[in-house]
Amino acid sequence: MNAAPIDPLAMYGQALSLRSERQRLLASNIANADTPGYVARDFNFAQALRDATGAGNAGATLAQSQAGHFPAQGGMGSSFALQYATPSQTNLDGNTVDMDRERASFADNAIKYEATLRFINSHVRTMLDAIKGQ
Amino acid sequence: MSLVNIFSVSGSAASAQSQRLNVVASNLANADTVAGPDGQAYKARQVVFQTQLMGATGRLGEAANAGVRVSTVSEDQSPGRRVLDPKHPAADADGYVTYSNVNAVDEMVNMISASRSYQNNVEVMNTAKALLQKTLQIGQ
Repeated sequence: MNAAPIDPLAMYGQALSLRSERQRLLASNIANADTPGYVARDFNFAQALRDATGAGNAGATLAQSQAGHFPAQGGMGSSFALQYATPSQTNLDGNTVDMDRERASFADNAIKYEATLRFINSHVRTMLDAIKGQ
Repeated sequence: MSLVNIFSVSGSAASAQSQRLNVVASNLANADTVAGPDGQAYKARQVVFQTQLMGATGRLGEAANAGVRVSTVSEDQSPGRRVLDPKHPAADADGYVTYSNVNAVDEMVNMISASRSYQNNVEVMNTAKALLQKTLQIGQ
């Protein structure tokens, strides 16, 4: 998968799936804004998408040392590390949710989710136009 | 479809916050309650939130789906307000009346905080709904 060009629709699909994962993660953070001891979590979207599409990161593939080994490459099954948010203002109850940051990230992620949807829609429209030949 | 899970996560938080609002309402309603015949006045209550992990369906494993639930409702054990009022029917032998230990200012702050958190969760659900509707229209 590393050498082959990435199908745009496949990459948009991965991006959409990761965007919705991040949206859910941010929703969990906002939901737990008042839970004592809750630690806010997030992930690096760019890194996650690189891992998921197998682009640019040759180290993500597993070595095949035996004849029977399956090639392991990036894709839907690949996992990436969730990171912990560093609190900008510490809280006595140990909660590290920064509501301003979470809300901003949530809005940002929603916009980018919509952008990805538009990319998919315009790609589909382009293909349909090519098929119809009009 | 992890967007669908947002409804259960934010829904659980909204329900927990509304329970908190409910407790604030009963505290404020009982702010001026005097001690009954047993000498015990109403004690202020407070909810304790806890993270509730809901089904691991995402690619990120269990940690991603973190809802909220109310684990306990704790009672404030501090002594109630004592006011000298010998003519009051509920006065004790020394002429003091024991009121509940509710602090109205604390409760108002709690109420505002709860309603803001509730609104936040409602907005999250609205955004998720809008995104889902747009996702359903892919290719049209």
